[in-house]
Amino acid sequence: MTTAKISTVSKVLLLIVAALFIGSIFVPMWQIELNAPQYPEGLVLKLHANKIGGDVDIINGLNHYIGMATLHTENFIEFKILPYVFAGFGLISLLLIFVAKRKAILFFFITYIVFIALAGIDFYRWNYEYGHNLDPNAAIRVPGMAYQPPLLGYKQLLNFGAYSIPDTGGWMLTGAGILLFAIIFKEYHLFKKRS
Amino acid sequence: MKNKFLKAVFVIALGSALVTSCKPKSSGDAVSGDAAQKAYVAPGKYDEFYNFVSGGFSGQLSVYGLPSGRLFRVIPVFSVDPEKGWGYSEETKPMLNTSQGFVPWDDLHHTEMSQTNGEVDGRWVFGNANNTPRIARIDLKTFKTAEIIELPNSAGNHSSPFITENTEYVVAGTRFSVPADYSNGDVAINTYKENFKGHISFVKVGKEGEMDLAFQIVTPGVNFDLSHAGKGKSHGWFFFSCYNTEQANTLLEVNASQKDKDFIMAVNWKKAEEYIKAGKGKKQSVKYAHNKWDEKTHTAKSEIKTEVLVLDSAELKDICYMIPCPKSPHGCDVDPSGEYIVGSGKLAALIPVFSFDKLQSAIAKKQFDGNYGGIPVVKYEAALHGEVQKPGLGPLHTEFDGKGNAYTTFFVSSEVVKWDIKSLKVLDRVPTYYSVGHLCIPGGDSKKPFGKYLIAYNKITKDRYLPTGPELAQSAQIFDISGDKMKMILDFPTIGEPHYAQAAPADLIRNNGQLKFYKIGDNNHPYVTKGEKEAKVVREGNKVHVYMTSIRSHFAPDNIEGVKLGDEVYFHVTNLEQDWDVPHGFAIKGADNGELLIMPGETTTLKWIPKKVGIFPMYCTDFCSALHQEMQGYVRVSPAGSNVPISFSVGTNLPANK
Repeated sequence: MTTAKISTVSKVLLLIVAALFIGSIFVPMWQIELNAPQYPEGLVLKLHANKIGGDVDIINGLNHYIGMATLHTENFIEFKILPYVFAGFGLISLLLIFVAKRKAILFFFITYIVFIALAGIDFYRWNYEYGHNLDPNAAIRVPGMAYQPPLLGYKQLLNFGAYSIPDTGGWMLTGAGILLFAIIFKEYHLFKKRS
Repeated sequence: MKNKFLKAVFVIALGSALVTSCKPKSSGDAVSGDAAQKAYVAPGKYDEFYNFVSGGFSGQLSVYGLPSGRLFRVIPVFSVDPEKGWGYSEETKPMLNTSQGFVPWDDLHHTEMSQTNGEVDGRWVFGNANNTPRIARIDLKTFKTAEIIELPNSAGNHSSPFITENTEYVVAGTRFSVPADYSNGDVAINTYKENFKGHISFVKVGKEGEMDLAFQIVTPGVNFDLSHAGKGKSHGWFFFSCYNTEQANTLLEVNASQKDKDFIMAVNWKKAEEYIKAGKGKKQSVKYAHNKWDEKTHTAKSEIKTEVLVLDSAELKDICYMIPCPKSPHGCDVDPSGEYIVGSGKLAALIPVFSFDKLQSAIAKKQFDGNYGGIPVVKYEAALHGEVQKPGLGPLHTEFDGKGNAYTTFFVSSEVVKWDIKSLKVLDRVPTYYSVGHLCIPGGDSKKPFGKYLIAYNKITKDRYLPTGPELAQSAQIFDISGDKMKMILDFPTIGEPHYAQAAPADLIRNNGQLKFYKIGDNNHPYVTKGEKEAKVVREGNKVHVYMTSIRSHFAPDNIEGVKLGDEVYFHVTNLEQDWDVPHGFAIKGADNGELLIMPGETTTLKWIPKKVGIFPMYCTDFCSALHQEMQGYVRVSPAGSNVPISFSVGTNLPANK
């Protein structure tokens, strides 16, 4: 194949990628589940593209014992930017259907991966900040203890078990990444053995 | 000689052994092997049914689980409860207001759940006040008493709070006939026959449960005892048992037991509604209280009403008919089909069962035996379906299993007897421990009983539990009635003295939209404090209003100065928590008052009149958190005329001397 134009299948996949990006704005991206003996029903923090949802007031109330700063959507610039970022990603994906150049898709994919990496670092930074920046006058002070939730997976924090995993939006974004990767695979004929 | 003597001894010994073995079986034998399994609800598992049990002379309503017999909650209704602040907080005091003023105690005998199409619907449960006549409505989303209405012209509201099949009305019949409130009551007691009247009340129930005394029917003076509504074909009728048709005013034990038969009064309430439409009711001037709880302001309001519409049973034909019923009838129960009406004479050795169809035909054919105070008396045989022969002694109450069987309690012979409604044959009997009064089958007085368990509420406890001195717990027993034979599976003690009870499938109530906490945003209490920044202390003359918040684990403010002797202090405490099961409490040293238990999002007020100069600690009484013991504060009380200014703070009043 000499033409750089991408196949119809890839165009359809790009349409799906665009839908996944746009859709992820409206559902929670990430969740941190908290379980404790007194909370058999569990508490959950839901991170949307534009806000913190879930049992945020209850968690803020509990965190005052360990002196953790309270969580408020307006304190994070991320929640103002992220909806535009995902909308932009969606529009780019749509645009790519018309541009239809595999190199452009590859470039977009790499940009997206870099974005994910940066977002991960940002998320870790906030987790670290909230987990370590504790009021020295808090009622509960355990020497050497920090309350940083895990980036991904499970961690025990005093009487709470914290379980950090993607939510619907996170899976949609993951799906978008996988589809982009698949398009690149297909368009660069990486499926076929080089002969 | 010696041989003969030995023989004689042997015969006597053998004889007495035989006699002893003939002794009735003890309760140990009455329990079958798998009883424990049937009543066992594993830790963390839920019961199948909620059981709403009247608290009798406690004045409250208790909530148990079936089949475990576990107590979940005691809902304060007609009696003050300092533990919950009921009748002590400023907000709840109006709930116990009556035309006689604040009444701190009553006697709750019967519970009845709301119904839709004759089936329990899990919205509300009603309770009666037997001493100062009232009806209460308890909301089953909050398990809180939401409304109480007083009944004029009544005394001893016993045949209450029974309802019609769509909860159109909840009724009340006066146990004591008395001179009407709208007539002169200052009469000689022995003028009962002329001056004492019975009044039956019909209280309309609105869509949101709100009660309204629609009308009363005045009858000759008798004692109304119990009642039940018709259902299905007999919907539109209500049946009230009555005794003391002898109209005795003293030593009723003897004087009210003279006649062989008293009556079940059948009331055609649809006919009564027609008369009201036709303007036949008379407005009478009376006084009664109507108290309503407002969930938005967390406050009760009491209103005194001054008028009631009265219909005369003698003057207005076709509303009331008397059906003769032997031996001072007590229970008056209608089977799920609405055809059979079971009367229970307290001292009778048979159970008469009346037929609604036969009653209608007797009325149509005018098969009457004269009248009683102007009310036609239907011929006993004309309305009778039949009599259950030799069921036991002293029948009291009957419930149904929905499979064609009736279960009647017998006080004197201390047993529950199962019999077939149509054939009137006795099918089974089990002893109770001891002297059973009321019984309950979930939905057992509705169109749709859940005939799995039967609970007997006994009047005598004796040796059932470990002894606790002269005063004992009351005793109830659960029977498995799913098979042909009734099997006792559990004994459980109850609060107060249980009379009638109701039960409903757990899911019906669990899933009715149970409230977990009050939204602070919807709190319209006039003294609400919606955040710590709004906490303050305001003096208005000698009244000091403390706008206080509680959140784990402190009050705001927790240091208050400037209160003086002669002041009335009102602590308006708002619980700022917004999660399930995080109540806070409040109490202050020396208050001649109860405590407060404040649910999340709620505002409650404790009035305190300090009587001494000094420092008065206050603290949270409901273990709220790991730092509950730290949740405390101080109020400084200065002498009258002191110039200590009002001041208040939390966290900023630092030590004066370093």
